[in-house]
Amino acid sequence: MKKTTTKSTWMLLLSVAALLALVVVLENVLDPNKNIMVFTALKKGAVYALVAVSMNLLNGFTGLFSLGQAGFMLLGAYTYAILTIPTAQRDAVYYLYNGSAVNFSLPELFGGGAFGLVLGVLLALVLGGCVAAAVAWLIGLPVLRLKSDYLAIATLGFGEIIRAVFQWDKLGPVTNGANALKNFPTFSNFNIQNAGGEVVLRLSTFVAFLLAGICVAVIVLLINSTYGRAFKAIRDDEVAAEAMGINLSKHKRLAFVISSFFAGVGGGMFAMFANQAQAKTFTTAMTYEILLIVVIGGIGSVSGSCLAAFLYVAASEWWLRFLDAETFIGGVKVPLLRNGFRMVVFSVVIMIVVLFFRRGIMGDRELPDLFRRRGKEGAAK
Amino acid sequence: MQYAISILLSGVSLGGQYALIAIGYTMVYGILRLINFAHGDVFMVAGLMMVYLTASVPLAVSVPLVLVLTVLLGFIIERAAYKPLREAPRMSVMISAIGVSYLLQNLATYITGGLPQMYPEIPGISATVSIAGVPTKWVTVVTPVLVLALVLALTQLIHHTKVGMAMRAVAKDFETAQLMGIRINAVISTTFVIGSFLAAVGSVLYFTNYQSIVPLSGSLPGLRAFVAAVFGGIGSIPGAVVGAFIIGLSESVIKGSSWSIFSDAFTFALLIIILVVKPTGLFGEKVTDKV
Amino acid sequence: MSESVLKVENVTMQFGGVVAVDNLNLEVNKGEIVALIGPNGAGKTTAFNVITGVYQPTNGAVWFQGEKIVENHPQGKMKQQYKGEHAGEYTQTLAPTPDKVTRLGMARTFQNIRLWKSQTVFENVLIAKHCRATSNVFSATFRLNRREEARQRENVLELLETVGLADVKDELATSLPYGKQRRLEIARALAAEPKLLLLDEPAAGMNPQETEELTDFISEIRDRFRLTVFLIEHHMNLVMNISERIYVLDFGKLIAQGDPAAIQNDKRVIEAYLGVSEDA
Repeated sequence: MKKTTTKSTWMLLLSVAALLALVVVLENVLDPNKNIMVFTALKKGAVYALVAVSMNLLNGFTGLFSLGQAGFMLLGAYTYAILTIPTAQRDAVYYLYNGSAVNFSLPELFGGGAFGLVLGVLLALVLGGCVAAAVAWLIGLPVLRLKSDYLAIATLGFGEIIRAVFQWDKLGPVTNGANALKNFPTFSNFNIQNAGGEVVLRLSTFVAFLLAGICVAVIVLLINSTYGRAFKAIRDDEVAAEAMGINLSKHKRLAFVISSFFAGVGGGMFAMFANQAQAKTFTTAMTYEILLIVVIGGIGSVSGSCLAAFLYVAASEWWLRFLDAETFIGGVKVPLLRNGFRMVVFSVVIMIVVLFFRRGIMGDRELPDLFRRRGKEGAAK
Repeated sequence: MQYAISILLSGVSLGGQYALIAIGYTMVYGILRLINFAHGDVFMVAGLMMVYLTASVPLAVSVPLVLVLTVLLGFIIERAAYKPLREAPRMSVMISAIGVSYLLQNLATYITGGLPQMYPEIPGISATVSIAGVPTKWVTVVTPVLVLALVLALTQLIHHTKVGMAMRAVAKDFETAQLMGIRINAVISTTFVIGSFLAAVGSVLYFTNYQSIVPLSGSLPGLRAFVAAVFGGIGSIPGAVVGAFIIGLSESVIKGSSWSIFSDAFTFALLIIILVVKPTGLFGEKVTDKV
Repeated sequence: MSESVLKVENVTMQFGGVVAVDNLNLEVNKGEIVALIGPNGAGKTTAFNVITGVYQPTNGAVWFQGEKIVENHPQGKMKQQYKGEHAGEYTQTLAPTPDKVTRLGMARTFQNIRLWKSQTVFENVLIAKHCRATSNVFSATFRLNRREEARQRENVLELLETVGLADVKDELATSLPYGKQRRLEIARALAAEPKLLLLDEPAAGMNPQETEELTDFISEIRDRFRLTVFLIEHHMNLVMNISERIYVLDFGKLIAQGDPAAIQNDKRVIEAYLGVSEDA
């Protein structure tokens, strides 16, 4: 048994490495200007995969129905942006407030250049996660005592409060009020340029995948650890979990804080993807989007959330684009096709999944399970 | 003084409009233990239907037609999206409600092309009137009266008719009521019909005041009305009404101050505080959880 | 005199105006198997819930291994409503949560089986080991606790072999037949490494043969793990065969105590309980 475990772990690591390599190759072979949609979908997909997995940790593995994800992403995004905008750009970004109250930039503190960029960006992302986690820790104590749907509405309300606070004029010198924060390092800053400023190796999508991959891997390790098992026990039967010595409030808070940490990191990455951070992007609608990804992928399946994130993003941003364009075939206008139709089709598909395929793509299984159990299940049926 | 009166007036009329939405939330929650996230969007769709109907038929026809169509919409949503999930975990039903809300918003975006729509003038209630020297619309005066009348009618219905008795029984204990031969599905449908009807009336009043409708117009009033329902004690109709007036007044006060950006944040902060301190709200009954 | 493991002292549990447990006193000594019996609604499970921290008693105290772990006295509205005795004797409020009680060394099973449904037999038992783990969330996530984890898994395997569930360890817990689910619940409680095992109607819903097996099983694990066992039961066969002492509860009050023979001949017990259920 031990041997097969290590073998499958190696297989998993190998396939992840192969995937990362494929991303690098794709990005450098395909012309990025002709395939903007592909790389947008891939980057956004990676970010959403991370956030969806972090939500799944809470909703799917611990059984806590929280809708605060966008709020925690906002905290991460703002922390990241505030800490990384180059000092020279600050006056331009904060022009309404006569400059920023924060007058340093992490990548510059680390001496700039490639080294400073990597270290500064990483540290800023982690700090973004920490801010989100700290806030989660604070609100966790009162809020987590609430029962399922009340918890959902309270966390949703929390997201709205955060959004209002960050748009507040008085905090302008830090948050830039209702205006966007921009000019900070994004994924494209990781493309390697030669002395002439020409891009020689594109790594932007790769960086998005790598960061998301590392975070998801940590979450998977957590889920399979003794703490992850305790979370699942709480999900399955709270009373029994408590009777078996699992401290409910401590473990729920732990799950909430960890999930929020990764939502915060995801928020920072979202800012890197979007090239800006603005409070009005992180709405309840964004939380719903992530929730729907989790549902489509299967509540309680990490690989399901990842798959669904890419499918969702690709479908909504890329494959279904044609539904929004007025199209003529042989001079006849195709009915229904015009702006907005894409999202209608999309929400109908989601309703179909919610109503008829309630287990989503993966149910509560993981990708490797499919290969492992195929023979057995085939025999059973 | 004039300023205070105008704030008070808008608060009361806003509160009345929220009350009509809040009743829908509180009744559905009382019976299905479901936060019907789509309720606010039903309210928005009722507003849009009015916009499109008045363009083709006279007002005397379009108003009743909107009421009927909204009721039908509420009924269909329940049958299509919630009924199949009756045995499913509560989380699935809530997700389905979120899905419906998403669908209605996207449909509205598609149909309106994302452009704000102007709500038609309704003679009588759109006209201006002056109260204590403050100009306002008739709707401000009409709203509290209408709300009071509707709530009275509703309480009569719940306390003195057979269907009302069935509703109370189902709210008290879903399974026992079912075992006692109450037709659960009929009762639930009735609840959605009443909720949607009141939301439609609320939308006529609300949009006469605010006039412009976008696909997201329903979501915030919906959430505020939900907070009102929780504040008053979820499951309690008088509670929802009182809660709605409190929320309406405080929103109008905050909107009139320099803290206007925090009006929603305040509503939600209030919600979290109530949930943590007194989850049963002002008038709610204590829910015993069977362990 | 042998060492006392559990001592329930003047415990009264009152819900509003209803007194569910009325001035209960009982003691369980090290290595004993003691039963608490009584007709339906006598307050047995309530007593269990007070001992394990699910309910906070209205008045009284619970001692475990010589240490006071639960104590309460009527407070607030209850001051007027309180109908029990010994009201003035307790002043402290000690209310540990059930998980803390378990970590102190008491583990329980449930009347209506409460296994973790989506988990396998092995995982159900392994999760119960969590409360004994010393690793924090970082060391556990980054696998710095390999040794502890390996030891836990080994312990669980041994335990499953002892209780005879090793062959079904990878099945879903809920796919087991009823008798085995009961056994698994006991194994899960054992994994929490208790000194005192509390069994809430372990034979409920079992046929005579399963009950007999269970009787042997309980004595066997008591000896093997040096446990003290305190159980609630309806099945008279099981109770009379296994228990060294019996407490009888009726309408929340203790009406008799003693060894099985004495209980069988106690008039009040026969009236209250045995007299009614002749099939027992």
